[in-house]
Amino acid sequence: MLAAVTAPVPFSTRLWLAWVAYFRILFDGAFAARVLAAREGNLQPLQTPPPERPRTPAPTPLPEGPDPTAALVLLGLLQREGRLVDFLKQDITTFGDAEVGAAARVVHEGCRRALHGHIEMVPVRSEPEGEPVTLEAGFDPTSAKLTGAVGGSAPYRGVLRHRGWRAEQVSLPRPVGTGDATILAPAEVEL
Amino acid sequence: MSGPRHVVGIDLGTTHTALAAAPVDDEAAAAAVERIAQLVTTTTVEERPLLPSCVYFAHETEAALAIPWDRTRRHAVGEYARSRGAEAPQRVVASAKSWLSHQGIDRRADLLPLGAPPDVEKISPVQATWHYLDHLAESWGTRHPGAPLAEQEIVITVPASFDAAARDLTVEAAYAAGLENTSLLEEPQAALYAWIATHGTDWRKHLSVGDVILVVDLGGGTTDFSAIAVREEDGSLELRRIAVGDHILLGGDNMDLALAHLVSRKLAAEGTELDRWQLTALTHGCRNAKEKLLAQPDLGSVPVVVPGRGSQLLDGARRSELTRAEVEAALIEGFFPRVAATARPGGRQRAALTQLGLPYAADAGITRHLAAFLTRQAAAAAELGAPAGTLLRPTHVLFNGGVTKAPAFRDRLLAILNDWLANDGAPPVKVLPGEDPDLAVARGAAYFALVRRGRGLRIRGGTARAYYVGIESPMPAVPGMETPVNALCVAAFGVEEGSPAEILPQELCAVVGESVRFRFFASSVRRADRAGTELERWGADELEELAPIEVTLPAEGRTDGDLVPVHLASSVTAIGTLLLEAVPLEPAKPDERWKVELGVRGDTEEV
Repeated sequence: MLAAVTAPVPFSTRLWLAWVAYFRILFDGAFAARVLAAREGNLQPLQTPPPERPRTPAPTPLPEGPDPTAALVLLGLLQREGRLVDFLKQDITTFGDAEVGAAARVVHEGCRRALHGHIEMVPVRSEPEGEPVTLEAGFDPTSAKLTGAVGGSAPYRGVLRHRGWRAEQVSLPRPVGTGDATILAPAEVEL
Repeated sequence: MSGPRHVVGIDLGTTHTALAAAPVDDEAAAAAVERIAQLVTTTTVEERPLLPSCVYFAHETEAALAIPWDRTRRHAVGEYARSRGAEAPQRVVASAKSWLSHQGIDRRADLLPLGAPPDVEKISPVQATWHYLDHLAESWGTRHPGAPLAEQEIVITVPASFDAAARDLTVEAAYAAGLENTSLLEEPQAALYAWIATHGTDWRKHLSVGDVILVVDLGGGTTDFSAIAVREEDGSLELRRIAVGDHILLGGDNMDLALAHLVSRKLAAEGTELDRWQLTALTHGCRNAKEKLLAQPDLGSVPVVVPGRGSQLLDGARRSELTRAEVEAALIEGFFPRVAATARPGGRQRAALTQLGLPYAADAGITRHLAAFLTRQAAAAAELGAPAGTLLRPTHVLFNGGVTKAPAFRDRLLAILNDWLANDGAPPVKVLPGEDPDLAVARGAAYFALVRRGRGLRIRGGTARAYYVGIESPMPAVPGMETPVNALCVAAFGVEEGSPAEILPQELCAVVGESVRFRFFASSVRRADRAGTELERWGADELEELAPIEVTLPAEGRTDGDLVPVHLASSVTAIGTLLLEAVPLEPAKPDERWKVELGVRGDTEEV
């Protein structure tokens, strides 16, 4: 920026600039003040400086993510039982619905079995979806979420749109040995 | 050591093994199924209620199959071994139990896995059984530090149809695994114990004197029938096992295979040939489709999809479907055909279901096998004062085994059975509501161990068969004719565990320093023969020939080659095995007797 200001300007540009500046100095008071300041060798930046930020304590780093091993074990399980990774990694745009549907059955069947075998899941709310429900004051905001015209105070009367899911019990396969958990599925070589 | 802290029931199944336990010092405790830690992939372990009865032997290129208690192991038992069965079948031992009861082979010979590559050290059916028990002991150890399985009181279940040698070999495997406080229990009895355990003292409301319970056990690999009668003994109710059926290698796995072949034929008609991997995937798919169609009567058909093998799931995926009509025709008509009580299983037409070596049932008609059992055992309830009919008439049915989870199969079998009973002038059967048929046997076995300690009702059984030794009768040989053989009864039907030994009056000859073989027979119908009874002739299907028995007489100061006259002595041990001994007439030392080896080597069939 500074370099652009100090470099010599060619005559043709100077002629054009004088013409433009003449009218602007006449009609734009703020511009005239800055030109005056420049003429007195007292150049100010064009923009007003940003307001000073309120002082904050030293920034807290984001909490550590969970150990990825458990996620990899779960993904490996879903791939082994239900080919989930194969399904998600394949581009299915060119396949017909019948083909995608057939594959989805394999994935659904296997992943469902794997899920049932390892994670016991129950709905958060037992009422049927579409029924009116009331959330009393002090309800657990992580287990129920308000949507729509959110406001007012408890009790909150609304309609159950989604029952939610809660994992009651999780029993993942436990890693043993020195295996590499990042191998979700080994390559297969048939002899 | 202060005696066992737990009683443990082990269901050593053909396809799956389960274990249940109860503390001995808690009167109110019920037997609970213990989860079994096992490798499910090369790198992960899970605890599951069932342990697939499979062993896998790692190839040298594979990393150790580390299990929490052994990081350097080169073999795996359980789910990982089962899953490798489809990928590397030559390195997996499965169905060891069927081999253990195979008459035609040396059951201590290292022959499994069949067709294994040279780097696999083959094992015997007994060693495979030992591997499963050893794994149970190790897994138990992780859950019960300070109370090793070897120190607990153990009951292992065997099919009622297991012959004396197969029972012996099961105990041998248990001893090898260090489980010395072991006894045996027949699976159908264990299933009934599980029922009694659930009903407490209420069981008397369901059963009364004269009732006959037919236990129908349809497992993954075997079909087994037993009859248990309710009798009155000294004024109180008593249960007695009165008949057991033949060992039939036919089960739920055959059904899944039958469906897979059906679908693969349909695909072949459309021009798609499946390889072995795809056929395995198809078998899984068919099992799921079968379960859905059998459970939901309003479903007309279920799609079956064989996914592509590579990472591109949709490439090469093949879709077909199983219709209700197909499943009913293949399974209900195929495995539970509507037949008369006079029907008999067909002969040796071997279908696509067979595999080299094992004597699979030639006839898949379970109802034909049941008809044969009931008519063969028509007289079994005679001693209860039951009116004689053309077949044994059960009053109740208890279902056991995974196949019986499907109401369609249960209903069909009951309908046919009730037809037979109606034709014979008998009332229809009542069904005893069973528990989870996959786990009932293990729980019932643990309950039996509690019963033996004086809590609850005991089923009396004793030997399920009478046993006979073949003796060549002293007759001049006639060219072209086999020397006639007499059958000498060495152990009567229904001899109870722990009874005193019976010494037979007949003299046999053993040769010093050599092993002498005798032909060996069993009968599940000749109830009147006592030890010492000698038969010159018998009905065509009354006696079944087993693998021969063998007596080896060490010299003990005698001269090699000498003939030594011996008596045979028979007893049923407290653990439930048949013990045959040769007692020399002129003992070389006090109390000299030699154990007779039961059916150790068959007329070795090429496998």
